Amino acid sequence: MNILILGAGQVGTTAAYSLARDEANEVTIVDRNPEVLRELQDRLDVRTVVGDGAYPEVLERANARDADMIIALTNSDESNMLACQIAHSLFSIQTKIARIRAGAYADCPELFHDGGIPVDVTVSPEALVTKHIEQLVHFPGALQVLEFAEGRVRLVATRAEKGGALIGHPLSELPHHIPNVDCRVVAIYRGGRGIIPDGDTVVEEGDEVFFIAARKDIRTVLSEMRKLDDPVRRIVIAGGGNIGFRLARALENTNQVKLIERGFEQARRISEDLDRALVLHGDAADEELLLEENIDSADVFVAVTNAEEANILSAMLAKRLGARKVLALINRPAYAELVEAGTIDIAISPKEITLGTLLAHVRRGDVVRVHSLRRGAAEAIEAVAHGDSLQSEVVGRTIEEIRLPRGAAINAIVRGDQVMMAHHDTLIEEDDHVILFVADRRQIDEVERLFEVDSGSG
Amino acid sequence: MADSPIQRVLGMLLTSFSLSMLPPIIFSFVFDDGTEWVFLQSFFIILAVGVLLWFPARYSKRELRLRDGFLIVASFWIVLGVFGSAPFLLAKWADIGFPDMTFTNAVFESMSGLTTTGATVLSDLENLPKAILYYRQQLQWLGGMGIIVLAVAVLPMLGVGGMQLYRAESPGPVKDAKLTPKITKTAKALWYVYLGITVVCFLAYWAAGMDYFEAICHSFSTVAIGGFSIYDDSMAHFGPVIQMIAVLFMFIAGINFALHFLAWRDRGIRIYLLDPEFAAYVRFLVGLCVIVIAYLVWQMPAMMEGDPDLTPAELMLRAVFQAVSIATTTGFTTDNFSLWPGALPVILIFASFIGGCAGSTAGGMKVVRWALMYRQGMREFQRLVHPSAEIPVKLGTKAVNPRVVDSVWGFFAVYVVVFAVLLLIMMMTGMDQSTAFSAVAATLNNLGPGLGEVATGFGDVSIVAKWAAVCAMLLGRLEIFTLLVLITPMFWRG
Repeated sequence: MNILILGAGQVGTTAAYSLARDEANEVTIVDRNPEVLRELQDRLDVRTVVGDGAYPEVLERANARDADMIIALTNSDESNMLACQIAHSLFSIQTKIARIRAGAYADCPELFHDGGIPVDVTVSPEALVTKHIEQLVHFPGALQVLEFAEGRVRLVATRAEKGGALIGHPLSELPHHIPNVDCRVVAIYRGGRGIIPDGDTVVEEGDEVFFIAARKDIRTVLSEMRKLDDPVRRIVIAGGGNIGFRLARALENTNQVKLIERGFEQARRISEDLDRALVLHGDAADEELLLEENIDSADVFVAVTNAEEANILSAMLAKRLGARKVLALINRPAYAELVEAGTIDIAISPKEITLGTLLAHVRRGDVVRVHSLRRGAAEAIEAVAHGDSLQSEVVGRTIEEIRLPRGAAINAIVRGDQVMMAHHDTLIEEDDHVILFVADRRQIDEVERLFEVDSGSG
Repeated sequence: MADSPIQRVLGMLLTSFSLSMLPPIIFSFVFDDGTEWVFLQSFFIILAVGVLLWFPARYSKRELRLRDGFLIVASFWIVLGVFGSAPFLLAKWADIGFPDMTFTNAVFESMSGLTTTGATVLSDLENLPKAILYYRQQLQWLGGMGIIVLAVAVLPMLGVGGMQLYRAESPGPVKDAKLTPKITKTAKALWYVYLGITVVCFLAYWAAGMDYFEAICHSFSTVAIGGFSIYDDSMAHFGPVIQMIAVLFMFIAGINFALHFLAWRDRGIRIYLLDPEFAAYVRFLVGLCVIVIAYLVWQMPAMMEGDPDLTPAELMLRAVFQAVSIATTTGFTTDNFSLWPGALPVILIFASFIGGCAGSTAGGMKVVRWALMYRQGMREFQRLVHPSAEIPVKLGTKAVNPRVVDSVWGFFAVYVVVFAVLLLIMMMTGMDQSTAFSAVAATLNNLGPGLGEVATGFGDVSIVAKWAAVCAMLLGRLEIFTLLVLITPMFWRG
């Protein structure tokens, strides 16, 4: 696929990196900063064009005429929308994805169609990250909570700890522990290495366990893996930027929220927009301030400023001062690996969270949702099975008949409103949403090919 | 070294290069000149060395870094120059009357071919085996667009590293401009254009009266801007129509191949007219032709003394042919221009310093660099008059990144220094000054023929001078920095 990416910021670079790895993709990146582009060109097999992506002449130079998809990820919502409009009107690019941050636009989805503003998919990294953190607050003990099939099924990552009922027992005992719950352990990472589990796999302390369950059952399953944390009541948020503010607003009605913001003007502005959350003007790495605000009784401390180093430091400080659980927004995978599971409980990677949304549209077959896991090494995919048993390699077959590559497994199937955990004799029907876990991203291509409809023979 | 990706890539490249020994075998059968064993042996020797290099490092998975690119490109050209000489060395045992070439001569010939210089140590070409003559032309053709660019096009496993190789090999000050997002596709596109132009050139030569062998051989060396011929009297062997065709294709091959690609993709010639380097290139060639014609016509009586049948039309054709051939650094000759009157021989040698456009097969310092230096010179004048003016260096209508301008000056300075050093080395071997000057210009600019003793070939110069010339050709082809960076301590220090 010929893909045009506008904006070589955090998300743009990650997207380019992930997309250009695939042989079949031709990626062109447009940005105004030649220095950034030069660096990118050294590391990736992509073409770079210097200029403003919302100008027709620049798009022309980037050979937009031949592009199949445009992903507008610049800082400005307006530029992104305009670029999509131009891509649509002048170059008839098929798929148009734009980063739209402002809630004011995102709240009017009816605006975005080919007759209005021609954007097929809007992406808001801030909204996605906020949602992600919100889920973590709702499910204490989870490292990651990812939705499939409009939230009907969730994939949860957690760290097995002392106190979990299943620790030291093989997975086959799970149904006896919690008889009325349908769930499935998808993967276990032990010491950084992945294990595709079967009934005999024993869960050990320190394992990172991925499981799939319906929303209502998540807490029950979590209690099997670790001593269940108390529900979160008191939350301290460091950073009153886009994410911090959204998070505070989303949580202020259910939890006691304190938000620390450095900039006086910004603190004042968000305090006007928040009803119940308490906005504090100060430095999140200020020990006095944290103690004064009873950091030791906080259930969760989330550091979401723009500076990841500051996030790491203030989260570490909060942890030392007694916050029960600390989360930090960290973009660099190297940093995340350094601190996660050490002093910082969960490293949140906005890049990884956003990337999944973009990837779903580049994939072959009807892939509805892609979640990038383990810093891009593994993926969880939701794909729709189309066609009949002649055209498709999955429809009309039981799961054991489907020829999946090693390391990939079908975990659950959503048929209409019904969620089914996959068994070896489950028959896949047309229009089923199939949820797969792929432990090695090199096999993703093969998995997607399974879901392509072979119209030639049909 | 065993797990080094450099060794792995070198091995793969050399293995692929061994395949280039196979086409000459076809001609050795066609002409029955007894050289098939020469090429078959060369094939197996190069194949064996390539596989031996590749085999211990075959599992090396490390990605190529920027630094590896320089090392691979430089060592590959050196290795190729040496192994490309295999047929010349092996031919003396084949009992086919091939002259006994020393190692120095064989490497000189092969390097001169690969770098598209076109200087030769062989003489009496008509009596040499046809397959070997073909092989020389083929070396030029492979070297023209860059044999590594070819490898990038066909070896998908080079991956991102391909860009580093591509950049280290391709000529011109701006090397980041990709035609397509994937480097493999860019390299492929360039080679398709190159191949296409070669085929058209072949057909034109053939239609104008060359036989198919002459047409193949000369189209190879024309489009590669090489200058090897299969005749001692070069293009003077053919009539005026063929010479005019040669002028046209030398002109085309001196243009940036990216322009050819874009023109072909857009099906229009607008792209040429918008390119400032192309405009400068045309102006430069036209200006040079006018000077040479005017001077020769003025000196017509003197020229008539040596050649009483000379007509003005013929003289003008010679002037244009020689101007284009030397300025684009091809090095075909229709007349011994070193005997032309007045400043003409030196003017022509000077013109070869400018050369063709960046991204073409031509040598020299490239038109775009001179254009940038000219603009910068003009800026200094403007600054004298308007001291507080902010004047960017522009090419066409676009301002050029100051880093590029800096790099042009750096390149120019190093070029001059390298030239001076090589000139002194040549003179120390006992060459007279004008021969040494032209010998360095002819090799460093990948031109071919020089003045004085090296007007027709390098056969009579000393061994040291030949090796200096080999270095000059390589330096010229890889635009100096790619090669010289390897002898800087910065490169090897961590």
